[in-house]
Amino acid sequence: MHELSIAMSIVDAALDESQRRGVQVSAVHLRLGALSGVVKDALLFSYEVACQDTPLQGSRLIVEDIPVVVFCPRCQEVRTLSSVQLFACPECGTPTMDVRQGKELEVFALEIEEEEEVQG
Amino acid sequence: MSEPRLVEVRRNVLKQNDVIARALREQFRAAGVFVVSLVSSPGSGKTMFLEKTLSQLQPHYRVAALVGDLATENDAVRLARSKAPVKQITTGTLCHLEAAMVQNALQEWDLHQLDFLFIENVGNLVCPSSYDLGENLRLVLMSVTEGEDKPLKYPTIFNSADVAVVTKNELAEAVEFDWNAARTSIQSVRPGMQIFRLSAKTGEGMEEYLAFLAQQLAEQRATTAQI
Ligand SMILES: [Zn+2]
Repeated sequence: MHELSIAMSIVDAALDESQRRGVQVSAVHLRLGALSGVVKDALLFSYEVACQDTPLQGSRLIVEDIPVVVFCPRCQEVRTLSSVQLFACPECGTPTMDVRQGKELEVFALEIEEEEEVQG
Repeated sequence: MSEPRLVEVRRNVLKQNDVIARALREQFRAAGVFVVSLVSSPGSGKTMFLEKTLSQLQPHYRVAALVGDLATENDAVRLARSKAPVKQITTGTLCHLEAAMVQNALQEWDLHQLDFLFIENVGNLVCPSSYDLGENLRLVLMSVTEGEDKPLKYPTIFNSADVAVVTKNELAEAVEFDWNAARTSIQSVRPGMQIFRLSAKTGEGMEEYLAFLAQQLAEQRATTAQI
């Protein structure tokens, strides 16, 4: 399981951004691609562990699942895959490896407290 | 209670790894070494496969290997029998290699003295998929004993690989391995991927795979020379 090391990288990135802005973070928004190789449930669990004894303790991780989007060379259109087990256009069945989206592992946004209130 | 405010930051979580991987890839290109990483399940026979790869390339090429081992394993000792330089990277409890580990392990090596470098990842088909190691080719290995649907169980890693090797072909008949089904599952998760079917034990099919590697090296050097 590598979700703990991923979670620690998320915490590091969020801390770095929050300290630079001098804000208190209540939630971290993550974009998680279906091809990122990261298991969501394991990540959510690991996040809590990774936050312990940091200013992010008690914050939430909000995960936005990003499906795989490919470009179909036959339809000349982008298409969303319903499964990562089949890399083919869902409309015409043409196999494609032209992946346009789905590898994301990105701290997208931080939810911050407007006032400098540290919860006790 | 104050309203929460959303601040967009957009930070790639694996940026640090990606930056190091890019630097490694550039270093490999400059040195003219072709780097192959190996991913597989435990029990797929990767150590024997790599041992045979090293010993059969060695009469013609300068080869070396980095081996990622959990604390409990010691594949490096076995591989040393091939007489190629082999260095172990002990990952401890970590289930995958990261670019920084490869960079550290390579510090004392002169890459200009090599034609091929193999990086054997920890036996695991989940975790290594997220980490770019700067390799030129990612090879996913599976054995006929693991079943035809292995790629469908681990689509992410198969999708991230460049070439598939199906080994232990000497056992194919005994386990009633269905080649068409295996090929279909591989092509389903990674359309267009080249597949080699071989037996590291008997040597059957090794020649075609080794010729492919030689061709990859030649192509890489031709591209580098043009720049
Ligand atoms: Zn189509």
